[in-house]
Amino acid sequence: MPDFGYKIAKDRQIDYDENKRLIFSEVAAWEPSIYRCISCGTCAATCSAGQYTDYSLRKLILLVKRGEEQEVITNVSKCLLCGKCQLACPMGVNTRNLILGIQNAVKKTTYAV
Amino acid sequence: MLFDWFVLPFTLGLAYLLVVVSVKFYCWIKALPYSEKQKLKKAIFTTKSLISFKEIVMESLLHRKIFKVNPLLGYMHMSLAFGWLLLILLGNLESRVFNHGEMGPPYVPIFFRFFNPNPTAFAFHHQFSFIMDLVLVFVLSGVALAYYKRLNSNTLGLKRITKHIPADMLALTALWFIFPLRLLAESFTSGSLGGGSFLTANLGNVLNSFLPSEILYYPFWWAYSVSLGLFFVALPYSRYMHIPTEMLLIFLKNAGIEEQNSHSGFTEVELNACSRCGICIDTCQLSKAAGINNVQSVYQLRDIRYDTQDLNRSLNCLMCGRCDTTCPVGIDIAGIRQIKRNESAPGLAENYTYIKPQPVQHADVIYFAGCMTHLTPSIKKAMVNIFKNSDINFWFMDEQGSLCCGRPQLLAGKNQEAKILMQKNKMAIEQSQAKALVTNCPICYKMFHEEYKLDIPVYHHSQYFAGLLDNNLLELNHLNTSAVYHDPCELGRGSKVYKEPRQVLNSIVALNQPNDDGEKALCCGGSLGNVSISSEQRTLVTKQACDTLLQNQPEILVTGCPLCKKTFQKVSDTPVLDLAELVNNSLISRKQKPKPLKKLEKIDQVLNSLVPNQTADLE
Ligand code: SF4
Ligand code: SF4
Ligand code: SF4
Ligand code: SF4
Repeated sequence: MPDFGYKIAKDRQIDYDENKRLIFSEVAAWEPSIYRCISCGTCAATCSAGQYTDYSLRKLILLVKRGEEQEVITNVSKCLLCGKCQLACPMGVNTRNLILGIQNAVKKTTYAV
Repeated sequence: MLFDWFVLPFTLGLAYLLVVVSVKFYCWIKALPYSEKQKLKKAIFTTKSLISFKEIVMESLLHRKIFKVNPLLGYMHMSLAFGWLLLILLGNLESRVFNHGEMGPPYVPIFFRFFNPNPTAFAFHHQFSFIMDLVLVFVLSGVALAYYKRLNSNTLGLKRITKHIPADMLALTALWFIFPLRLLAESFTSGSLGGGSFLTANLGNVLNSFLPSEILYYPFWWAYSVSLGLFFVALPYSRYMHIPTEMLLIFLKNAGIEEQNSHSGFTEVELNACSRCGICIDTCQLSKAAGINNVQSVYQLRDIRYDTQDLNRSLNCLMCGRCDTTCPVGIDIAGIRQIKRNESAPGLAENYTYIKPQPVQHADVIYFAGCMTHLTPSIKKAMVNIFKNSDINFWFMDEQGSLCCGRPQLLAGKNQEAKILMQKNKMAIEQSQAKALVTNCPICYKMFHEEYKLDIPVYHHSQYFAGLLDNNLLELNHLNTSAVYHDPCELGRGSKVYKEPRQVLNSIVALNQPNDDGEKALCCGGSLGNVSISSEQRTLVTKQACDTLLQNQPEILVTGCPLCKKTFQKVSDTPVLDLAELVNNSLISRKQKPKPLKKLEKIDQVLNSLVPNQTADLE
């Protein structure tokens, strides 16, 4: 095939019927302040880990909410737990406990079976 | 031989107690790490044992530290512990004198009046009866206070008292009955057979006037014996295990034994030495300000002792260390909680492979700002300005990417992750060949100071400024304002740095004294140590701490920690400044000075003048 310089974009549709939202319910039980997140991105802007690698808490929370399990797993272990996001978050999301909650949920849902 | 069936509950209970306690002690000492066992061996036949003995008398019997918390509470504990011991000792003496030096079975002194209701035949019997009655009054007054404490704890200085588990309730009830039953048994005996002194004889007469003493006294001796036996059987499983364990703990501590990184025999001793007195509940700001009443040390230690603990509870603690400083038993609560967190590290192992080696720069002094300082840029600017002003060849290590010092991971129980970060930072520090590391963040300071094991000294900026001031390398204007200083937990209780910040501040502002100061300073509520508290609850803690600090209406609230600053700023109308900002504001520029010192000479002078990692007490 000749290369015309552009590709067909990957399908970005999210199928809620297929995505398990198990992680989300686990996380919400552990740290209910996940409901408060407005995806403003302040946390990602200040993130220590984000300075070194492609990691954003805003995105991670969205992925959890959407049940994109695989992507959650690749991103969930990059946080330094430094707590900057917690002080920056305008909504009072308890981010460090939230991240630990996501990790716990991943541990439970993916490794337990 | 003197014997009656009713002595059995007491005798069997006592035998059971002695066996269980000995076995427990043996197992705990056996479970000490090797290094700690060696320490114990070395200490046993030295003056340390004498010191321990004195401490046992002062603390386990007289409860000196509880007296300091509240005299009435101290009296309650003392009358029970010391009074009971007196009863036993004097009872022994009495029965020895009576039996011409022979001891007889161990229950005889306890039930002396039953076996010798009216011992007119022996010398000093009046005096003995009198003293025994007196001591009984002493003990009973303690029991009365204990009843009263359950109803109205405020009078004894406790706003909240411990909620107890069944084993405790059983032992407590038995204990409450022991002395009143003894009183009644002795009174009925003297009512029907004579003997006794001012208390038992008189009460016996009164009771005898409307009750059949001669029938009643025997069942009451039974009841007394049963309550003693019950107490002894329940003791090892209840909080009263603290009575024997506290003594062991004093010995171990004086031998230099301390908590390690994991659960050891010493941890068990500490857990069992907690008397659940509940003094730590009122000290904890989580209960005082935020209405969280189930996570305090007393419950944590209990959970760990009975292995019924949930992770969320152990993560819900500010790690502020206030309870450690008030615990009358001197338990290393923070150490035990940290062990618990280490054991049940939440979440998954982190993957930090994305962090590449840090760029390095040669310098004399490293300045490490830390994550929290990056959120308070004014502190960062002030620090850089002060460094520049004193012409010091410094390297701002985390100016670009800010790599965490590792303390937040450590506090969450993620030791492996902390180690990875420490290793990366340590490499950069060593390569820079710096002679000292300065940080303005107490969290980083504690970490670098205690965990990194660096070859160079680590200074909190307050120590560094104090050193510069001492050597006339820093000149500051007095600002003519008043300020109050807030001791950050990690710097004050955590690293025992109290003196230097005050020394620096005294040359800039008029310091006023808040209510809780120094070792008793409140936590700002922002602590990274607490993972699970909600932001609203945090704010409650912060507000209360802020109100306490601002009581005397100072013009500035100063602290030595970027996290404290950021936290207080949310609730305070009074400006909140870091020490660095204040120093920077009052700095007399060196540029106007005639001849600055030569660079290298000066840095050595500064560094030599600072006592490495000095820890100082409050003046
Ligand atoms: S800063 Fe808070 S509200 Fe904003 S995206 Fe992050 S977690 Fe959500
Ligand atoms: S705690 Fe984690 S997510 Fe939050 S700022 Fe630090 S590294 Fe980023
Ligand atoms: S930890 Fe200390 S202060 Fe708290 S209940 Fe136990 S002995 Fe008392
Ligand atoms: S360390 Fe502080 S927050 Fe934790 S229990 Fe003790 S007083 Fe309460």
